[in-house]
Amino acid sequence: MTTMTNSKNNKKKKKDANDGRFELRISGSGGQGAILAAILFAQASGKNPKYNVVQTQSYGPEARGGASRADVVISTNEIYYPKTMKLDLLMAFTQEACDKYFIDLKPGGLLIVDSNLVTKVPTKNSYGFPFVRMAREQIGIAMVANVIALGVIVELTGLISHEDMKAVIMERAPKGTEEKNLKALNLGFDLAKKTKRK
Amino acid sequence: MPSSNTSARVLMQGNEACAHGAIYSGCRFFGGYPITPSTEIAEGMARMLPKYGGRFIQMEDEIGSMAAIIGASAAGLKSMTATSGPGYSLMQENIGYAYMTEVPCVIVNVQRGGPSTGLPTKIGQADTMQARWGPHGDYNAIVVAPASVRECFEQTVKAFNFSERFRTPVTLLGDEVLGHMREVITVPEEGELEVISREKPDVPSEWYHHFEVTPNLVSPMAAVGDGYRYHMTGLTHDSEGFPTAKISEIKRKLDKLYYKISRFYDEIVQIDTEMTEDASICVLAYGTTARAARQAVHMAREKRIRAGLIRPITIWPFADEHIREHLAHAKKVLVVELNMGQLVNEVRRIAPRHCKVEQLNRYDGEVLNPVDIFKKILEVK
Repeated sequence: MTTMTNSKNNKKKKKDANDGRFELRISGSGGQGAILAAILFAQASGKNPKYNVVQTQSYGPEARGGASRADVVISTNEIYYPKTMKLDLLMAFTQEACDKYFIDLKPGGLLIVDSNLVTKVPTKNSYGFPFVRMAREQIGIAMVANVIALGVIVELTGLISHEDMKAVIMERAPKGTEEKNLKALNLGFDLAKKTKRK
Repeated sequence: MPSSNTSARVLMQGNEACAHGAIYSGCRFFGGYPITPSTEIAEGMARMLPKYGGRFIQMEDEIGSMAAIIGASAAGLKSMTATSGPGYSLMQENIGYAYMTEVPCVIVNVQRGGPSTGLPTKIGQADTMQARWGPHGDYNAIVVAPASVRECFEQTVKAFNFSERFRTPVTLLGDEVLGHMREVITVPEEGELEVISREKPDVPSEWYHHFEVTPNLVSPMAAVGDGYRYHMTGLTHDSEGFPTAKISEIKRKLDKLYYKISRFYDEIVQIDTEMTEDASICVLAYGTTARAARQAVHMAREKRIRAGLIRPITIWPFADEHIREHLAHAKKVLVVELNMGQLVNEVRRIAPRHCKVEQLNRYDGEVLNPVDIFKKILEVK
């Protein structure tokens, strides 16, 4: 018998099976680093022992060329269903991704977009930053747009600590790019902080 | 990447966990041919095996892969292959050979949509019966099915243990979503999980019978090169491995293949249940589907519907007695599968009379989500 085999046959269960569950999706077109960003976010959430974390993504033709996406579910409880059902947060790097996945966002859920690439935003409850442009102009490489976005997501959600996110970026960044990635992350933190104060 | 670092929490993919579980079990040979959605297992083994003094070979196809792991195991190594539907079909002939020659090995089938090349990147559970009845002839099969990344690790270890303990091929039945899903898990420490290795003979070589019918029906196994003489053939054979046409020996061989497993049913069956004691409706599912089902059961409880979950972890042998026990007070059992209805017939076979069997199936490459299952519970309760 495995450890999971012990039946939890007590009838008293929490009121809401979705309690403490946070679902987010990072989407864009292939090559923008949406999937990697989700993996990094999942890894950083895992550093906090109170969270259970599951990361899933779409495979196949859909993931190539068209809108690609990766999902993360974080919960203080055991995560039964591993995929997302209603998103608490959607990060969209492209208009196509925004159009395609906005319907999966909870009413009142948080939408973050690249404000240069997503011009038609379907809700007022959204945050827009020109991630790709900022990455190119302020960091020097467009590739770190996803890391700036990560900084924004971490700051706006408050689910994971700056330290945990930084630690993961340092672990995973290719040698020689650590500094640029950290700079991008900090830029994301600052962007979100300023916005929150408004 | 996880290390031997104790109680480290790491983000790991189901397929990766499977490879790590194999290494943990002492697997030192992998022969395979890459196929979506199982490829990450081969990649993991290719990376890790050389560091542990093992061998990784990419074979020309899945027929060769299966032959390679049988050979490696006969030579004394714990061995494994990983594949998906099309490759699993190609392997069947040699899997049958492994049943007949009683060679322990582990076959991982990360299920995708079928038949034929079907849906490479999409989920399915339509190989459930193939895992039991793939090769022709009479034999008994052990098949385990994890439902989480941590369980991918644990059940790979279990699969090796069963194969070594009972000298038989064991299939680990995963699925695309589980194989590609990442979860933060605590990697088992060394010594945390039991690791079983095959029994070796200690008799003088002239007394050795490779297929001896022992009291527990499992014969100690000498590796090729250990200095023991024996013969291996797919033809029905006597205790030394030579082809036989004697009626008594034929029956003895088949009984051995069957009863060496069925007699240890209690040791092999693993089942996970939740809230079944007072359940009027039980939902039965395995793998990824069971995780949606568990959430649906909780949703039903919130609506004061007495629902419970039955999740077989060992799929074959089917957990007849255990499941029947959990259905003792249920009026309905809802069998949820990503196929056109396979395990449901096993449930029909064993369900008590008072318990009506319902089914919910999906086979378009997508998962059933908790709401789908919850709605079905409402409909049939």
